[in-house]
Amino acid sequence: MNAPDKPNSYRSGPDERGFFGLFGGRFVAETLMPVILELEAAYAVARTDPTFARQMTEMGKTYIGRPSPLYYAERITAALGGAKVYFKRDELNHTGAHKVNNVLGQILLALRMGKKRIIAETGAGQHGVATATLCARYGLQCVVYMGAVDVERQKPNVFRMKMLGAEVVPVQSGSRTLKDAMNEALRDWVTNVETTFYCIGTVAGPHPYPAMVRDFQSVIGVETRAQMLEAEGRLPDSLVAAIGGGSNAIGLFHPFLDDPGIEIYGVEAAGHGLNSGAHAASLTGGRPGVLHGNRTYLLMDGDGQITDAHSISAGLDYPGIGPEHSFLHDVKRVTYVSATDTEALEAFQFCSKLEGIIPALEPSHALAYLMKLAPQKPKDHLMVMNLCGRGDKDIFTVAEHLGGM
Amino acid sequence: MTDRLTARFAACKADNRAALVTFTMAGDPDFATASALLHALPAAGADVIELGMPFSDPMADGPAIQLAGQRALAAGQTLARTLEMVRGFRKADDTTPIVLMGYYNPVYVYGVERFVTEAKAAGVDGLIVVDLPPEMDDELCLPALKAGIAFIRLATPTTDDKRLPAVLTNTSGFVYYVSITGITGAATPDFDKVGTAVARIKRHTDLPVAVGFGVKTPEHAAAIARGADGVVVGSALVDLVRGSLADGKATDKTVPAVIGLVSALAGAMRTTRRSL
Repeated sequence: MNAPDKPNSYRSGPDERGFFGLFGGRFVAETLMPVILELEAAYAVARTDPTFARQMTEMGKTYIGRPSPLYYAERITAALGGAKVYFKRDELNHTGAHKVNNVLGQILLALRMGKKRIIAETGAGQHGVATATLCARYGLQCVVYMGAVDVERQKPNVFRMKMLGAEVVPVQSGSRTLKDAMNEALRDWVTNVETTFYCIGTVAGPHPYPAMVRDFQSVIGVETRAQMLEAEGRLPDSLVAAIGGGSNAIGLFHPFLDDPGIEIYGVEAAGHGLNSGAHAASLTGGRPGVLHGNRTYLLMDGDGQITDAHSISAGLDYPGIGPEHSFLHDVKRVTYVSATDTEALEAFQFCSKLEGIIPALEPSHALAYLMKLAPQKPKDHLMVMNLCGRGDKDIFTVAEHLGGM
Repeated sequence: MTDRLTARFAACKADNRAALVTFTMAGDPDFATASALLHALPAAGADVIELGMPFSDPMADGPAIQLAGQRALAAGQTLARTLEMVRGFRKADDTTPIVLMGYYNPVYVYGVERFVTEAKAAGVDGLIVVDLPPEMDDELCLPALKAGIAFIRLATPTTDDKRLPAVLTNTSGFVYYVSITGITGAATPDFDKVGTAVARIKRHTDLPVAVGFGVKTPEHAAAIARGADGVVVGSALVDLVRGSLADGKATDKTVPAVIGLVSALAGAMRTTRRSL
């Protein structure tokens, strides 16, 4: 399709109807519209309320452990022989991934709105764990929907959620992964709309979720700017992040979108390969459509039926992507690429052995692409990758693929 | 412009009874059986026919309609074949209104202009698209109205008096009152509250108000029929399709099973005088 004219700012979206260009919007059942409007109004007040900002900062610092470090990956840099590689260490956050940044914001908002029951969908389980954690911290009821396939492949996180007092509901419909968990969470929300706050884990869903989740995750990019200026005296030359729904990526990218010299790469999951039909690369292999409250690039057949995504990483195994990424793809501000299961597994081992950091399979996709990109760049090129999750949850999956290691 | 819908609701009103609105899924369990069922519905007492357009991810539907959609898709149903089914029906019946109900993505992918043109030509009278609230009217609602197809909106218990006017703007044909907050086929509604809610909506519109979600038996239908212009029954019908299958395939019991309940519903509603 034709790319829209280049905007004055890449950071001005969404418009008042929730659109980033063609993408986004509010495609939901009427039952949900009043609560979505209520949420939008509550968030509009909260985001300019100094008390809310202070709570976010204080809890970010003392509970999550922010700021997360910006780490110079010296041995990976040496091994790749090109760009100077930095990791933004969001895997060091409490609960082990970037997800908690967003959950903190949404739970504080739920408290302001007087909602006592929190529901969430989860793929890899990181968002579910983060939600269960903050619900425990604030004494809220928590129900997490998780595809039955994901319950099986992310057992450690299922145990963690249960330990934290959450109810984990295995979803048996459809492909029994993240998209089906989201369908089921939406069904719960429609049913319990008066009492329930839906804590969406990524930059998707009906407006205001994509913008709100992005705002909560933008702390990643804001910190990275300051930390890179401190470390190197200048901004980075390139950014790399993995993309399922795209919340860690937009969190890193958004504060840099209007810095013209900075190359930005989003890495989708290519599963068994883009030509195999078994992948989760919505931008590379999909078309615009409407699902889960927003218009965005989706994997689907010729009749508009959503097709199953595949990725070794449960967190990337989703047939859509946040609408702002679809916009940034069409206006070509961000370059979207992909990495296969096999490449991600190689990157997983590479990082573990060279840096003593076991990454989650999600950022392993980002690292897989970085491993191709960094050698092409000069030694003074500063590259930041968002190491958005730790790999403890993935050791069984990886062991299975590598034959027990 | 909503000829068949307006005429049918007016005829039911003249009879002093509520219209029976049936929902079945196009292509469930296969094209031929679903077509045969569609042709048999009016004689059994269906006044208005809602025909589901199957979608892979029906976020507002309970298990019964989810499974109906999956059966239809597995049997090869597409949006084009749903329109073909309507064209077939119209050859035999030019008076019973048909409303297509589903989700936006298959229509969006088909192409909105192409869809409304072909649907109008096929004899479709109205559309219910669950995931298009009034805020998204320029997507499909306005093109449908322009093409002469009614756009029927859902009003729910969460649609308060402040929001109702927005929901009713551009709504035509009838208003579909969803009697519970929830998914299709879930809890049975509180019949007293339903009557009050219908009365509230009627203060804002002259359109007929049909009530659905959770209506399972002739007794439910009769109870709701007292206070509404129409009663929608869906999950109970598609559950009967499921119950009639052998190894996932239609049997000679499939059409009679559904038609049997439709007749019973119509019978109960025809002996119920309205108190509107």
